[in-house]
Amino acid sequence: MIQFDAIHKRFPNGTTAVHDLSLEIPEGGVTVLVGSSGCGKTTTLRMVNRMVEPTSGTIRVGGKDVTRQDAAELRRSIGYVIQQAGLFPHRTVLDNIATVPLLLGHGRRRARARAAELLETVGLTAESGRRYPHQLSGGQQQRVGVARALAADPPVLLMDEPFGAVDPVVRTQLQDELLRLQKELNKTIVFVTHDVDEAVRLGDRIAIFRTGGHLVQCAAPAELLARPADDFVADFLGAERGLKLLSLKTLADVPQGPAPEGGAWTLVLDEARKPLHWAPKDTKDAEIPLRPLADGDSLLAALDESIASPTGLIARVDADGVLTGVSSRDDIHEHAGRAHTAARTRTGTEPETETAA
Amino acid sequence: MFELFKNLGKWLTSGAQWAGSDGIAHRLTEHLQYSLIATLVAAAIGLPLGLLIGHTGRGAFLAINLASFGRALPTVGLVVLVFLASGLSMWPVYIALVALAVPSIVTNTYAGMTAVDPDIKDAARGQGMRGHQVLFQVELPLALPLIMTGLRLALIQVVATATIAAYVSFGGLGRYVFDGLAQRDLVQVLGGAVLVAVVAIVLDLGLATLQRFLFRHRTA
Repeated sequence: MIQFDAIHKRFPNGTTAVHDLSLEIPEGGVTVLVGSSGCGKTTTLRMVNRMVEPTSGTIRVGGKDVTRQDAAELRRSIGYVIQQAGLFPHRTVLDNIATVPLLLGHGRRRARARAAELLETVGLTAESGRRYPHQLSGGQQQRVGVARALAADPPVLLMDEPFGAVDPVVRTQLQDELLRLQKELNKTIVFVTHDVDEAVRLGDRIAIFRTGGHLVQCAAPAELLARPADDFVADFLGAERGLKLLSLKTLADVPQGPAPEGGAWTLVLDEARKPLHWAPKDTKDAEIPLRPLADGDSLLAALDESIASPTGLIARVDADGVLTGVSSRDDIHEHAGRAHTAARTRTGTEPETETAA
Repeated sequence: MFELFKNLGKWLTSGAQWAGSDGIAHRLTEHLQYSLIATLVAAAIGLPLGLLIGHTGRGAFLAINLASFGRALPTVGLVVLVFLASGLSMWPVYIALVALAVPSIVTNTYAGMTAVDPDIKDAARGQGMRGHQVLFQVELPLALPLIMTGLRLALIQVVATATIAAYVSFGGLGRYVFDGLAQRDLVQVLGGAVLVAVVAIVLDLGLATLQRFLFRHRTA
């Protein structure tokens, strides 16, 4: 979908932002460009919609060389979301979202109708469409930024650290929303961040850049975590690489059994059979709270919960929160280990890693 | 002192003083006419210049220096100079007033344009706006509060200075000042000065209120 072919970018002041980049971004899915500041990830992103022109090399989107297209028309066909949202402060939220349809000459009425539809898509009320950007919270502004990028239904979405300026709780919400949206829309998303956890969470593929504009490795998150190409990648991913890998695996395959009875601790349920907490046999001790987990939760969450549990058991529930059984710390450990081995020695499929020297 | 104010009050409120071709109503109309024409011409010169410099980021140094130069020009000297060159006409007055107003308009327009958040301009380009669309749909509306401040300042300066029309034998409220001086009629001088000051203040307050109303949705 997006092909970078031998791309170099030198700025007039002599710094090399991108060095000999060749990378193919397939259609559909989220590709995250990650690296510390000054590594060329944002420059790489901005070359796709010609906000920055490469010094040499070619970039194709959908097979067409971007430099052969009118820059303004190219940009209208590619969604673009930036940090701080960059909303127009003098226009209402609705008119902000309608920007690109209006530029495409769709007419005010049609553009506004489309904008109203998108407000709902990104989880904002119809009422907020009449407000001005400064009347919204940072998280809401960022949602408007995403809606504006989606307004003309572009196949490609470029996102430049879109969630960098919001607090961690809101960031998690926005990430969840993006994943939900992506499931629905299946765009080709290129996402820039310097946050490894965000990259692992959102990326179908992650491209790691090193200072000086070198692409070091591009692979699926599990593969990257299990088999970093070199020490730089390993360092960048951090010491808890193993745990991050577990955040990608779900609890679904871990076996479960019935909750034990008559031990030192009892799992207490309410009348709907939803787990409440662990109660001690010796009533002098306090009850210990628990967090029930469903099949979709990660192995990392399961491991965390099993460490906190007085019995080493975690309570498993179905979608309605009703107890289905318990799993032991040992079973979780064993699965975690197996997940690691599998990621390290992937057989059958061709490794997706592309390394650049 | 008290006597002077009493006479001034009489002068300002007597019906005879307001009527006729030398009456306050007529002189006020002339004064406003000179001021508006000069400010509009200055806007026609200063606005495009300020917008161009602000949009392209080029020529700022030259424009700002020209503007300071314009501010340093002695208005009366300019009137006399053009008067000597062109003879008796309104040209000297208009040229001097326009030269006075252009710098405020250019510098404020330029300041308004440079104050637009670069992220917002970047976003506008990134959504696919062309240069003129960024200028007219984003930069100009965002710079408008400062641009209007520049126009307001220019108009007030021009209103206060348009008295010089009378210096080269034309009308306006300056008539009372110069005639009063010639006739040693202090009440008339004072009356003219008070009228000019009142007009300037009323215009300033009126335009400031209009600005507040127009930009009530803006944060800052």
